[in-house]
Amino acid sequence: MRRVVVTGLGMVSPLGGNVETSWKNIIASKSGAATIQRFDASEYKCRIACEVKPKDHEYGYDASLDVDHKIQRQVDPFIVYGISAASEALRDAGLDNMTEEERLRAGCSIGSGIGGLPGIESESLVLATKGPSRVSPHFVHGRLINLISGQVSIKYGLMGPNHAVVTACSTGAHSIGDAARMIAMDDADVMLAGGAESAICPIGIAGFAQARALSTGFNDTPEKASRPYDVNRDGFVMGEGAGVVVLEEYEHAKKRGAKIYAEVIGYGLSGDAYHVTAPHPEGSGGFRSMQMALKKSGLSLEDIDYVNAHGTSTPLGDELELGAVKRLFGDNLSTMSMSSTKSAIGHLLGGAGAVESIFCILAMRDQIVPPTLNLDEPSESCKGVDLVPHVAKERKVRAVLNNSFGFGGTNASLIMKAV
Amino acid sequence: MSETADRVKKIVVEHLGVEAEKVTEDASFIDDLGADSLDIVELVMAFEEEFGVEIPDDAAEKIATVKDAIDYIDSKQ
Repeated sequence: MRRVVVTGLGMVSPLGGNVETSWKNIIASKSGAATIQRFDASEYKCRIACEVKPKDHEYGYDASLDVDHKIQRQVDPFIVYGISAASEALRDAGLDNMTEEERLRAGCSIGSGIGGLPGIESESLVLATKGPSRVSPHFVHGRLINLISGQVSIKYGLMGPNHAVVTACSTGAHSIGDAARMIAMDDADVMLAGGAESAICPIGIAGFAQARALSTGFNDTPEKASRPYDVNRDGFVMGEGAGVVVLEEYEHAKKRGAKIYAEVIGYGLSGDAYHVTAPHPEGSGGFRSMQMALKKSGLSLEDIDYVNAHGTSTPLGDELELGAVKRLFGDNLSTMSMSSTKSAIGHLLGGAGAVESIFCILAMRDQIVPPTLNLDEPSESCKGVDLVPHVAKERKVRAVLNNSFGFGGTNASLIMKAV
Repeated sequence: MSETADRVKKIVVEHLGVEAEKVTEDASFIDDLGADSLDIVELVMAFEEEFGVEIPDDAAEKIATVKDAIDYIDSKQ
């Protein structure tokens, strides 16, 4: 089987418009949470989110660096974030100027959990108030989930596989895992893989709040709201952004002298077959997903130094994932660290698995693991697990495990190691 | 430049993200300003909103340049 390595990283997050700014802020224990700015949420149960910041902000995002003004107007923000992250990743890999022959073997697998919800909402209102002849001609292709892959392939002339995963909050991890397999199976030599989301709009916040998924008890202290594993957690904080990695066949990367961040060595997927929103009460889906990734990786548990948890800060989900991790690691629990970066940037839904995989890669590069913010009072079951409370921790990081679990009972786990 | 021309030009600049200097009256939306057929549909909608006129599809299809748009709008006002 062909080996697959990561040679480029790109990101838009609530803590930065690129990879290095986001990472620096994550390691500095900053929070991207605040009162929602994009619309007046004062009448909503949840009034907070981790929004991507405007470009004049200390760690803001400037869409116009990589996305034409016209496209910014026509498409939903999740696509704009995706194009930006993909562009950064390609430049980082030194592949933003490939020959036609190379581009025939380069593809995209960048998905989203929900897609263009803000645009669906606003154009539905146009339809209702102004009639069908006022609906934008760009409505459909400006909202479709596969249109990050579509736009990026057009912008950079990538003619290989063009794909988009839609598996709710597992999208980013599945995208990377599936794209790695496309390279392993010789469908492509280079794949841009990841996920993006931007669903911080009235219907998005209302919908998730009605599903009882969002934090509602910290509206006056937004930076305290995302608190995975803490006894006072009460739901997730919605984030937005995009994460994209360049995956490349190992020999291809080596031949051109590329900087190699990591190798994708394990990928596991499973279904809970239990409930649309609640995880399986024994966390068995997540357990099997991790187990499969581990088996594929050929590593033993003692080789894994860091787990970037799904850890959304929901009462049920955190506990069940923790239980599954404890059962899997058994005697090896004491030597690894596990944290949830959602405590800092919120839940990026379809973007989460990709952004968090990038944090895992950077943890290996810099030999430091990011913190779990707000873990003031760990729940009883946290005993014996290093959840990296409050501050980042320097430590040996040789291999990493990233978990993502989504509505519908869909689970993905990725294992990567330094090369 | 007429008032209609000014307003048309502003809409074109905003929608197509092109520099104002490029939006001359002779400029073709597709050949000179980088628009595609859907962009023209969107521009026509914006003209309808701005000027309170209705531009039927058969008339919209004949609007190829900035001047075509200005002339059509002026003829209906």
